[in-house]
Amino acid sequence: MTPADTLRFASRAALGYPLRTALMVLAMAIGVAAVVVLTALGDGARRYVVEQFASLGANLIIVLPGRTETGGVNPGSFITSTPRDLTVADAEALLRAPLVTRIAPLTLGNSEVSVGGKLREVLVLGTGADYAGIRNYRVAQGQFLPRDDPGRAASVAVIGDTLRRELFGNETAIGRVLRVGDTRLRVIGIMAPSGQGLGMNTDELVIVPVATAQAMFNTNTLFRIMVEVRSREALGPAQRELEKILRARRDGELDVTLITQDAVLGTFDRILGALTLGVAGIAAISLAVAGILVMNVMLVAVTQRTGEIGLLKALGATGRNIRLAFLTEAALLSLAGAIVGFALGHVGAWGIRLAYPVLPAWPPNWAVIAALATALGTGVLFGVMPARRAARLDPVQALMKR
Amino acid sequence: MAQIELDGIERVFRLGDSEVHALRGLSVSIDAGEYVAVMGPSGSGKSTLLNLLGLLDRPNAGHYRLEGRDVTTLSADEQAEVRRARIGFVFQSFHLVPRLSAAENIGLPLVLAGLPPDERARRVAQALKDFGLEARASHRPDELSGGQRQRVAIARATIMRPAMLLADEPTGNLDRATGQEVTALLEGLNAAGTTLIVVTHDPVMGARARRQLLMEDGELRHDVRAEPAPTAPAVPVAPR
Repeated sequence: MTPADTLRFASRAALGYPLRTALMVLAMAIGVAAVVVLTALGDGARRYVVEQFASLGANLIIVLPGRTETGGVNPGSFITSTPRDLTVADAEALLRAPLVTRIAPLTLGNSEVSVGGKLREVLVLGTGADYAGIRNYRVAQGQFLPRDDPGRAASVAVIGDTLRRELFGNETAIGRVLRVGDTRLRVIGIMAPSGQGLGMNTDELVIVPVATAQAMFNTNTLFRIMVEVRSREALGPAQRELEKILRARRDGELDVTLITQDAVLGTFDRILGALTLGVAGIAAISLAVAGILVMNVMLVAVTQRTGEIGLLKALGATGRNIRLAFLTEAALLSLAGAIVGFALGHVGAWGIRLAYPVLPAWPPNWAVIAALATALGTGVLFGVMPARRAARLDPVQALMKR
Repeated sequence: MAQIELDGIERVFRLGDSEVHALRGLSVSIDAGEYVAVMGPSGSGKSTLLNLLGLLDRPNAGHYRLEGRDVTTLSADEQAEVRRARIGFVFQSFHLVPRLSAAENIGLPLVLAGLPPDERARRVAQALKDFGLEARASHRPDELSGGQRQRVAIARATIMRPAMLLADEPTGNLDRATGQEVTALLEGLNAAGTTLIVVTHDPVMGARARRQLLMEDGELRHDVRAEPAPTAPAVPVAPR
């Protein structure tokens, strides 16, 4: 029997019992679809979180004042209790590290903004010219903060899109003057609407030069320093460089905390990746069940077609012919189920993306390949036993059955 | 040399703890081109004999030489090959594959033999023509009459041009007229040189054969040759 004939014979046999075949294909399809949809959901959640973090900049080191103790009590904890402030001079010094490309000092405070008769509470962010670049923010109109001497308190402001709408409505905002607290500032730029994102939203922010903010809030400390390094791989060495500089500037004591974006991102990535894998595992159980169903259906087929098997043997079919025919039939059922399930799964993932547009619910390739391979694998594996049983049937006994 | 030589064949079935001797010390030889009817009451071992002749069953003792070759020692796959090439089966209940058309049923042995499709198509077309089934080629078995079904089965049995045709009650499920038609068809094939061995209950059909083997309790009671010369009508050839 040639392979083409075996294939034709097996497919005719599968189509000869349409209801049975349809149900079998459906069972396998549900298994595959479950894996595809659930991994799409899990991986979508992972990608959503990772993208949100990546939008903050993946190669950032954030310096904050004070030390976060994670190693329990050490001699250092008895020497100082109050950390030294983080200053603009510290930020400037960090630029000397070779792996650092850009920095942005950050000062934050609440204040009131007023234009004409309108008044509202706002968050004021004092920073430098590089902040927009580091955070991938876009300026819709005008320009971002000028590249000045960081000590110079220029009376300029860049405002968020929501703020612009609320304060100026349809009027031109660029060049207008607004009052923040007691300071009069000229609007030089409008941020593009940032959509949604984790952390700060630029839509309702007033961004001013760091010296202006410090004067406004009567302080000389920084809230954070954002440091951008050359690449993601350079994060580790860069962190050591920064620690060295900061230690030297603070009498050998490192009373600041350095957080890398990468570490947080990596943790989320791992947790959600494991979650996806777990969900895929649960879905894979349905594939195993479908595999057992294939075996059941094929065993019924062998019983149902005992007479036919006897006939084939009488006509000179070898055990191998019969084994291959039944194995091919099991493989075809699984293949059909896998393909239908693949399509169903993608429709399901599409439905999720339609219902939750923020969630990039695409099934990961590894999950799709694993699902298809498992479907085919279990189908063939569980098809072996019935096929062997068919091949071993005694022709005389088989022929007596109808 | 006889085409079929059975020598001291024993076949024992075990039912629970009792043993049933389906065939006891059976020796018989059949020449190529013979027309043999195997007759006898139920349970006399006729069907067991036919299964052994068709290599569907193996004897517990004794030798079966087919065309001079001892086939009892062959492996299952080798026996399958002999069946495919040399033996055609016709069954009482036709045994057609219900989901395949008449033409596909006829072509099944050719498929199993792995013949190329164009050669298959040619031979199936010829068989359909020979058996008057051209108009029914694409019909499925449930769309055929009993006589047509048996014609399809006979066409399938002969498509590999076997040396012998084994028929188990070929007319058992047919009415009288159709039965005679099928009998004539089988006899025509025999006249063309194929050995024909028919198991039957029907004395009329049995009487048509030139040689009758009468079985009883697994033994050959009578071996009667109607032609060419009626030797002693009731001589037990193989007593034990």
